Amino acid sequence: MSGAISGYMVFAWSGVLLFGLGLFGFIAHRHLLRRLLAFNIMGSGAFLVLVGLAQDGRGVDPVPHAMVITGIVVAVASTALALVVFRRWYRASGRTDLPEDT
Amino acid sequence: MIGLWSVPLLFALPLALGILSLLVAPAWRARLIFIGLPLLVAASLDVLAGLATAGPQVYRLGDWIAPLGINLVVDGLAVGMILMTTLVASLSALYARVYLRDHPPASSFFWPLLWFLWAGMNGIWLAEDIFNLYVGLEVMGLAAVGMVALRATPQALAAAMRYLLAALLGSLAYLLGVALLYGAYGTLSMAGLQEAATNNATTQVALALIILGLLLKTALFPLHAWLPPAHGGALTPVSALLSALVIKGSFYILMRLWLVLGPEVTPELTAQLLGVLGAGAVFFGGWMAWRQHHLKQLVAYSTVAQIGYLFLFFPLVTNTSPEAARLAWDGTLMMLVAHALAKAALFLSAGNLILAVGSPQISHLVGISRFRPMSLFSFGLAGVSLMGLPPSGGFTAKWLLLHSAILSGQWWWLIVLFLGGLLSAAYIFKVFRMSFREGPQIDRSVTPPLTLDVVALVLAASAIVIGLFAHLPLHWLRMGSMLGMG
Repeated sequence: MSGAISGYMVFAWSGVLLFGLGLFGFIAHRHLLRRLLAFNIMGSGAFLVLVGLAQDGRGVDPVPHAMVITGIVVAVASTALALVVFRRWYRASGRTDLPEDT
Repeated sequence: MIGLWSVPLLFALPLALGILSLLVAPAWRARLIFIGLPLLVAASLDVLAGLATAGPQVYRLGDWIAPLGINLVVDGLAVGMILMTTLVASLSALYARVYLRDHPPASSFFWPLLWFLWAGMNGIWLAEDIFNLYVGLEVMGLAAVGMVALRATPQALAAAMRYLLAALLGSLAYLLGVALLYGAYGTLSMAGLQEAATNNATTQVALALIILGLLLKTALFPLHAWLPPAHGGALTPVSALLSALVIKGSFYILMRLWLVLGPEVTPELTAQLLGVLGAGAVFFGGWMAWRQHHLKQLVAYSTVAQIGYLFLFFPLVTNTSPEAARLAWDGTLMMLVAHALAKAALFLSAGNLILAVGSPQISHLVGISRFRPMSLFSFGLAGVSLMGLPPSGGFTAKWLLLHSAILSGQWWWLIVLFLGGLLSAAYIFKVFRMSFREGPQIDRSVTPPLTLDVVALVLAASAIVIGLFAHLPLHWLRMGSMLGMG
């Protein structure tokens, strides 16, 4: 049993690691495409936590799967919207990052 | 069970209209409101009638059982938010139909976005589980970002991008919190969490992630930087929708979750911290609003300030007497609704003033009081509610919060309420002083269409009227509330 738990927990901890890496990239980078990629890595991390943590000793649980599929749809839609806004911004200003706050 | 046909309609109808409006020719898109608005008003009133006769209830979508089905909660709080949304969004839609005639490219995409925004908001008000709240947040947030980008100037695009990045980061933090809660308790429903949640490290980390995510989306000081350019730079009806309704979505989730998790889990220190950040928002937002030169930026910073009052809820309900908590509940909800009405009115009348003088600068308003008294009157009425002068909704809200603060012995929040009111007066009167000054700069003004003035006036008047008849909405809002009051 403990073997099974630690086996599943690997996914959850990898998810936390991915989320952390993504968060670092999201904050550290200024290029909007990089920040968008970092956002997607964070999202994958959150999905891994969602699936990995919930499998912990309770047998296969279909609910997190349904949630992750919904989450992926949301992430795809967000990424598409971000790409459109980014392209428009790049065409209008010629910049790949956002101007700093004043 | 009377009236339940209308519950799923509240978000199915806007979704269907959103898709339909993408299919029809741009010229027809605005006209869909003549089908959509009456139906949504009818559905909202029907839900209210159902609440009044049958009391709060849980609606199972398609009769599927959770967690595979979706439960919707129809209690006083949800119905109150639905009515507020219907009123503000309908009036903003009427305003937009006239206003957007001068912005043809924007107008063809405004309408689908409006319906999706509406569907997302009604989804949030009705959701009973924390994952559907996430989905609602995303639908609402993405539609809102699209609306900010409608103007398509470089400034608007940068504001939309900044807004999108903040919203995405906020929702991921929220989602990770949801994942931790589900992993720990195996349930997503509010009722399930209320029973299962205990005070341990997982719950605290999940709560911290959820709070941070939602604060970023609500733009509480010091996480507010994305709000003024997004709200102040958008088209006028968009500004009104975003400032009045959208930021309330994430606050609503936080409020519900806080009460669901209960005093054993929610730390008092965090509650006080949220109150302190709220106080910071009131002072900083008020100060920044007073310093603005653009009229709509002033109104946007006023939103930053007013969000602060809402967060006094947390210290006033955590580990205080039931009476103080009840007053805090009443006061916060009155503040939420009054702000929605007053802020929508303020943005719309500011938009009318800008149309009249043809410039967004406050200094160009000199002498406008002679030409546009009605726009200025709406601006003033809405300002009365924001300042918290009697007999407005803003006054009732502050009065209730003040009593709650005294009852719970937390006198320091009184300072926030008083100084905040003075700061609001300072920035509202800054606009008035300019308008009444006689100067050579202006000898004519453009007359905006009458609809625009009437809509702003109706909203401003409702912000006052709700203060006069506060007992009725407050009675409804209390129905089925988690503070255990009848």
